[in-house]
Amino acid sequence: VSLSGGWYLGLAAVLFSIGAIGLLVRRNVLIMFMCIELMLNAANLTFVTFARMLNDIGGQVLVFFVLVVAAAEVVVGLGIVVAIFRRRSTTVADDLNALKG
Amino acid sequence: MLHTSLLLASTRPAWPDILVFAASAAVILVGAVGVVTSRNPVHAALSLVMTLFGVAVLFIEQEADFLAAVQIIVYAGAIVVLFLFVIMFLGVDRRHAIEVEPLVGQRPLAFVMIGLTLAGVIIMLVSSHFVTGAHQVVGPIEGHITSSPTSPYGEPAQLGKQLFTTYLFAFEATAALLVIAVVGAVVLARRPPVPQDAEGTQDSELPS
Repeated sequence: VSLSGGWYLGLAAVLFSIGAIGLLVRRNVLIMFMCIELMLNAANLTFVTFARMLNDIGGQVLVFFVLVVAAAEVVVGLGIVVAIFRRRSTTVADDLNALKG
Repeated sequence: MLHTSLLLASTRPAWPDILVFAASAAVILVGAVGVVTSRNPVHAALSLVMTLFGVAVLFIEQEADFLAAVQIIVYAGAIVVLFLFVIMFLGVDRRHAIEVEPLVGQRPLAFVMIGLTLAGVIIMLVSSHFVTGAHQVVGPIEGHITSSPTSPYGEPAQLGKQLFTTYLFAFEATAALLVIAVVGAVVLARRPPVPQDAEGTQDSELPS
């Protein structure tokens, strides 16, 4: 508990960056979703760190809500992936170019 | 009570804490890099579990025991299993060629821009102190809810108290959100209904 909060915040920033790079670079929709989860986890770690630094339970309550929203997001997103796969038989974002001019 | 954690943070940290932080940080970063670089989606999902466990350890290290348990149950127990289920269900657990670059020059650009953002955040982290003028706007992490010493105290009790008083409306809204998500997932994943009159002709046209 005695390590200063800056280390946790730095680790969360690095984790968020890795997730953002993955979201930009990868083309598989499932792995892009996993990178979004990485970024949400980095945000959760930041919330918990600030809750400890400021001794305020509000940060942890916010992490609870982020967890609920992440669960709902994954359910709907994977439902969309399954629906797209039924029509196009692909999970690669570059292959979904039906609107390309 | 108010400045206990801040005072603790300014003293010299004990070596078990440093060891726990270093080990969890290594687990988190290795798992995150594994998610980004693995070709097989199943391996990416397993690397994601590794990262989630590391984050849960850091939650415990920062007095958030209940959230660590929820992290393991919800993320590792439900969300990653859902990922694995969809990967297996669609049969896309084959390797993707990630060496080819779909957009020329996109990867260096992504690395440069994310690196600049990260550097900006780190500089802001080092140069500022993040102390606002409004400590304890909601409530302390630890502490007795009532004056009775036998009443429950600690982080889960405080979390539940705030969740069902201060954030009650938001909590009810998440209930509605979850119901909407379930209904949406069922509607999305359902096969399109076949019209009743066209069913007979379609069956005769199909080869099987």
